[in-house]
Amino acid sequence: MSHRVVVTGMGVIAPNGHGLSAYEQALREGRSGIRFIPKLEEMKFGCQVAGVPQNVEEIQSKYFSEEDLIAMNPNMIYAGIAGIDCYEDAGFSCPSRDSEVDWDTGAIIGTGIGGIDTIVEKMMPKVSVGKVRRVGSTMVEQIMCSSVSAKLGGLLGLGGQVTTNSSACTTGSEAIAEAFFKIREGRILRMIAGGSEGSNPYIWSGFDGMRVLNTRSNTEPERASRPMSASAAGFVPGSGAGLLMLEDLESAQARGTRIYAEILSANVNSGGHRNGGSMTAPNPEGVVRCIRGAMSMAEIESSDVDSINGHLTATMADPKEIANWAHALEVSPEQVPKVNSTKSMVGHGLGAAGGLETVAVVLQLHKRFLHGSLNCEDVHADIQEAADSIVHKTEKFSGKIIAKSSFGFGDVNASLIFKRWD
Amino acid sequence: MNQTEIYNEVVALIKPFAKNEEAFLKVSSESKILEDLGVNSARLVDIVLDFEEKFDIEVEDEAADNIRTIGDAVKLINAKIS
Repeated sequence: MSHRVVVTGMGVIAPNGHGLSAYEQALREGRSGIRFIPKLEEMKFGCQVAGVPQNVEEIQSKYFSEEDLIAMNPNMIYAGIAGIDCYEDAGFSCPSRDSEVDWDTGAIIGTGIGGIDTIVEKMMPKVSVGKVRRVGSTMVEQIMCSSVSAKLGGLLGLGGQVTTNSSACTTGSEAIAEAFFKIREGRILRMIAGGSEGSNPYIWSGFDGMRVLNTRSNTEPERASRPMSASAAGFVPGSGAGLLMLEDLESAQARGTRIYAEILSANVNSGGHRNGGSMTAPNPEGVVRCIRGAMSMAEIESSDVDSINGHLTATMADPKEIANWAHALEVSPEQVPKVNSTKSMVGHGLGAAGGLETVAVVLQLHKRFLHGSLNCEDVHADIQEAADSIVHKTEKFSGKIIAKSSFGFGDVNASLIFKRWD
Repeated sequence: MNQTEIYNEVVALIKPFAKNEEAFLKVSSESKILEDLGVNSARLVDIVLDFEEKFDIEVEDEAADNIRTIGDAVKLINAKIS
């Protein structure tokens, strides 16, 4: 027997807000978190804007001890803040360090690039001049891929599986899918799931080198992230963490806790780098299969999908994504459901993207609104037929189902279907 | 630098690593760094690196392994700088 899976808690630290109410307000108001980053100008980046959570030093002192912070890079700090918020939002209190283990909760928190900032700034300067002896004990726990989940597991005393996944820009959504599968199979009652990514030029430099970042909007940061726009010229890097508490419905009901939404289904696949797919581009058939697979598991029809929260990064892939959604739903472009891109406000959070955006999806369902997608007043010529489906300004939403997808380098895809909980 | 000055420096260097803040309020030469002050054993490496930097000394791994208490550290450092 498969178990129904619901969302009972969320935590978010995003470039445009920390905490659910601040994030919701920012989404509703269309407040961008993209800012000019002087360090990127100094380092001669083409793209000198990014989405970075604000006031983190002040926030982190409320969450972590001085001893914790000795071995926490920004990626771990973001995951820790969002994870503690998520746990508390689900009705649990952040435990003392000598508490009992919570054997019924695990975590799968993904990251895309991981602790490269720690490697470059702290470890390499010593190792490369023969001073490996002076590296100290705090490097491994910050650069191991699982740093983000491992630290949170210790802070909360989690006793279920605690792990990290990584699948480029699909990471956060894939983590939610994997947690969904585990709970659905009855392997565990609760999983904290989502993604996290640090804020650092070295995390973003490879993308700048690839010329996939927007270099044209350095003087207009809030207009820099332009998904679905004719003047889109690449994505804007983002960062932060978005995490959700996924829980077995029976467990949630037994606890009498608030339920935000139900996850009807999840699907993860790849396009095999065939049929136009490559390391950096999706095989459209893979995308369509991924979305359709999720819809099939959810036992819903195209007409049941009330809105789409796309991957939509502001690259040349946006028109193809809209076409893929239409194909997957077997509708004409004019009939594509309402669509928005959370990246228009927070940038592309890489490994955090699916987490940040899924928190937005669940907030929209629960609070009955669709946030506006910024900076696409000039809709891309190849999306014109679907132009009326784009949500430009925040509107009320009475729909029940939102489909979320993420696509990543490596030709990997993840789709999630959420239903409002009434 | 006399023993008291060394002791004060050692206590200051260990403070950020001490998870048992209550025990740290009663810190003394006899305090066991791991068991009493709640320092994570992996962090002894970092504490010794801080000693090396602060006192401009080199502490061999074998000598570092023998540090159990605050007093052990003070004694070791005092011998190195004398």
